[in-house]
Amino acid sequence: MDSQAIVTGHADPHEGHEEHPAYLRHHFVTVEQQRETASFGMWLFLLTEIMFFGGLFMAYLLYRNWYYDAFVASSNTLGIGLGTTNTGVLILSSFTMAMGVYSAETRNRKGLLTSLSLTICLGLVFLGIKTIEYHDKYTEHHIPGASFSVEDFVHPTDKRDVPLAPDMAQHAQLFFFLYFAMTGMHALHMIIGISILFVLLYQAYHGAYIDGHTSTIDNFGLYWHFVDIVWIFLFPLLYLISRHPLK
Amino acid sequence: MSAPTEHEHHIVGPKTYGLILLALLVLTATTTGAAFINMGVFSPIVALGIACLKAVLVILFFMHIRYSSKVMMLTVGAGFFTFLVLITMTLSDYISRNWGLW
Amino acid sequence: MSTIVSLPNQEEAQLPKLSYLNSEYGLKSWLLTADHKRIAMLYLISITFFFFIGGAFAGMIRLELLTPLPDLVASDTYNKLFTMHGIIMVFLFLVPSVPATVGNFVIPIMVGAKDLAFPKINLLSWYLYVAGACFLLYALFNGGVDTGWTFTTPLSTHYVNTHVITGAMGVFIAGFSSIFTGLNFIVTIHRMRCPGMTWFRLPLFCWSNYAASLLMVLGTPVLAITLVLVMLERAVGIGVFDPTKGGDPLLFQHLFWFYSHPAVYIMILPGMGVISEVISTFSRKRVFGYTAVAFSSVAIAVFGFFVWAHHMFIMGVSNYSALVFSLLTMLVAVPSAIKIFNWAATLYKGSITFETPMLYAFGFMGLFTIGGLTGVFLGSLGMDIHLTETYFIVAHFHFVMVGGMLMAYLSGVHFWWPKMTGRMYPESMSQLAAVTTFIGFILTFFPQFIVGYLGMPRRYHAYPPEFQVLNVLSTAGATVLGIGYLLPMLYMPWSLKYGKIAGSNPWQATGLEWQIQSPPLTENFVDIPIMDHEAYDYDWLAHKTEHEVTTVG
Repeated sequence: MDSQAIVTGHADPHEGHEEHPAYLRHHFVTVEQQRETASFGMWLFLLTEIMFFGGLFMAYLLYRNWYYDAFVASSNTLGIGLGTTNTGVLILSSFTMAMGVYSAETRNRKGLLTSLSLTICLGLVFLGIKTIEYHDKYTEHHIPGASFSVEDFVHPTDKRDVPLAPDMAQHAQLFFFLYFAMTGMHALHMIIGISILFVLLYQAYHGAYIDGHTSTIDNFGLYWHFVDIVWIFLFPLLYLISRHPLK
Repeated sequence: MSAPTEHEHHIVGPKTYGLILLALLVLTATTTGAAFINMGVFSPIVALGIACLKAVLVILFFMHIRYSSKVMMLTVGAGFFTFLVLITMTLSDYISRNWGLW
Repeated sequence: MSTIVSLPNQEEAQLPKLSYLNSEYGLKSWLLTADHKRIAMLYLISITFFFFIGGAFAGMIRLELLTPLPDLVASDTYNKLFTMHGIIMVFLFLVPSVPATVGNFVIPIMVGAKDLAFPKINLLSWYLYVAGACFLLYALFNGGVDTGWTFTTPLSTHYVNTHVITGAMGVFIAGFSSIFTGLNFIVTIHRMRCPGMTWFRLPLFCWSNYAASLLMVLGTPVLAITLVLVMLERAVGIGVFDPTKGGDPLLFQHLFWFYSHPAVYIMILPGMGVISEVISTFSRKRVFGYTAVAFSSVAIAVFGFFVWAHHMFIMGVSNYSALVFSLLTMLVAVPSAIKIFNWAATLYKGSITFETPMLYAFGFMGLFTIGGLTGVFLGSLGMDIHLTETYFIVAHFHFVMVGGMLMAYLSGVHFWWPKMTGRMYPESMSQLAAVTTFIGFILTFFPQFIVGYLGMPRRYHAYPPEFQVLNVLSTAGATVLGIGYLLPMLYMPWSLKYGKIAGSNPWQATGLEWQIQSPPLTENFVDIPIMDHEAYDYDWLAHKTEHEVTTVG
């Protein structure tokens, strides 16, 4: 009894193909399957990002608990105006990105190009403000490491600030280490996102993404919104630890 | 030959996006303002609560989970669940360290 | 009830003219392939290469431990030997072993798809593996890492001057390889199943790999960020893990073990999937309690996230926390045990034959059970204080990882070898290798339980003279084990040219992969199959074979 099936390959792979869009990959059966698969894949990638940032959040939670006074004092040195503005900028960029997705889905080329460009601009504004903030930390000697100075914490200029003991003041370095690590990792994700946006903009300019194949824009949007969500949590945790009550 | 179960593709419009944008900006202003009010132990709770609300709005509407299949919702839930396990079970060690000899 | 189906007459089997192996020629067609089967072969070659490097280090360790005095290598060198052995074996061999080779090859075919969901990301996975491996090789050639594979802080961040950053970078990159493989599997199993392939008709191999993939996707990123923190800490030295500067070394351990405990389930679950397939095929019987085995795979994955601090019982975690983690550790043993019982029940009244994959599967069942039980001893707080950081732990994890996982891997490679290459390996030679491996393994690692219980610490190359006899036994066993692992390296390549032609279903197994030609076409199926029967349906197979039609042209 011969249980072996003998098969031959197709002579022409495109022989007898039903009509399907050029962008349907051959291991998928329908466009819808391809779209949902790509979306699922991006969501799983975002899950990995949640866990990636999660480790940093854990470290932050621990040391905020252990060295609360140092964390309060350090948080107060961050510019709340700049921070709030940045949060608004990023939320606005999430809106423009969502509008980009809408434009792609409604096959609106001009809308797509405008939305992508606005998202890039807002992203760059965010990074610009971040650069200003990092520079401020540099000039104030709050960058952890050799150049760190505990002066501002041991002898605070603002009368409402409680002076810290020298050893607690040293722990402010932990706050700034986590500040730079978390916002730095976030900024890295922003830079990658903006780079991809430039590529998408270029491709959209040449006619891509308005032919029904909106997967790439959809899924990049998911990534961009996720980066926004990370900042939504970073902002209160880093900037809003117990500010002095307004008179 | 039937295709695998597919989910209806829902297009979210500018009006929804605009409303969510407004809500997010208002919540941002609120959380910044709340930082200047001394609420004692509730300050971080309020701040994180507002942040969670903003995140939920982004996930549901900007990221379309509101209109997605159950599998997607479960996936998002699984991610946050695992994150919470990391945080709470690790913190359970630190919190209980000083509970005294037993 | 078991259905007896006779093996086909292999003399009549013919190699198909066209397959994924000869559809395209040239190095570029392999290095830029999107075909999951070719990528599986690339992985097979790579991980075998690193297995032997890791094995060489193990050989050096056992050589040193022949005598109680630290006389073969310097202490620093010995530290590097066990560190590199651990890192290479865990990250470059065990984690990708079954998923990246057998899994990549077989899962799309098992679900009835033409490829994985993201073929190019699959290729990227392999390149990330190679890149990570290159970083580790660089660290190796420049003196190695000596912190232990666990990179414990503050040793790794402040007190050694070896290539920790390069080594950590290598592991970091290889971790992303793992993440993308897991991501691919999850999406494929969810979305690419052919018509009629419901979740409960999937082979259990798919369920196990799905569970392992959940762990890969959710756990590995935490390792990634932990290694980033270690690298930053080494570079800047703020004290995030240094107690003298206000940091907590246990924070590192919490974050590290949050991944590394699920990692052991990432390593073993795919192996368990192989065992399900092999035991069913060579008992000619459906797996007993399919649903129980499927759900226990997922249960192992979920519970695996709740137990990590059992690696930290003596490190300074709070007693209350230790109590909770100990209880949960006891619970996580239950789904593993359920699987063992189900496999045993599958064997009962089965029509058992003793081909090589089945020999390895028997080895797995015995050795994994012993290893798993000793894990329960270690989960018990009182016992752990005595046994931790001794050779008892070393024996425990080698029993589950080598006696368990490595045997399952070899079982899988032998089982699917006819499918992947179209050739049979030489059966008597491979059975000899399997038995040699089993004997060598027990001789190597069982004495380690005893010597660990008696108090010999791990990671030391000097020990009290009264332990020498057991150590000599262990080293002798390692030699036998080495021979057992070398034999496949000889006869497998031999079989590529001189092995008997396999035909599409030499084992008369169920499963979609056995209904297509060996080796498969690049697109796996000419037409997408429609699944109309349950998994492990041997009646269906007997019925099909009776009415088999050979189509040509």
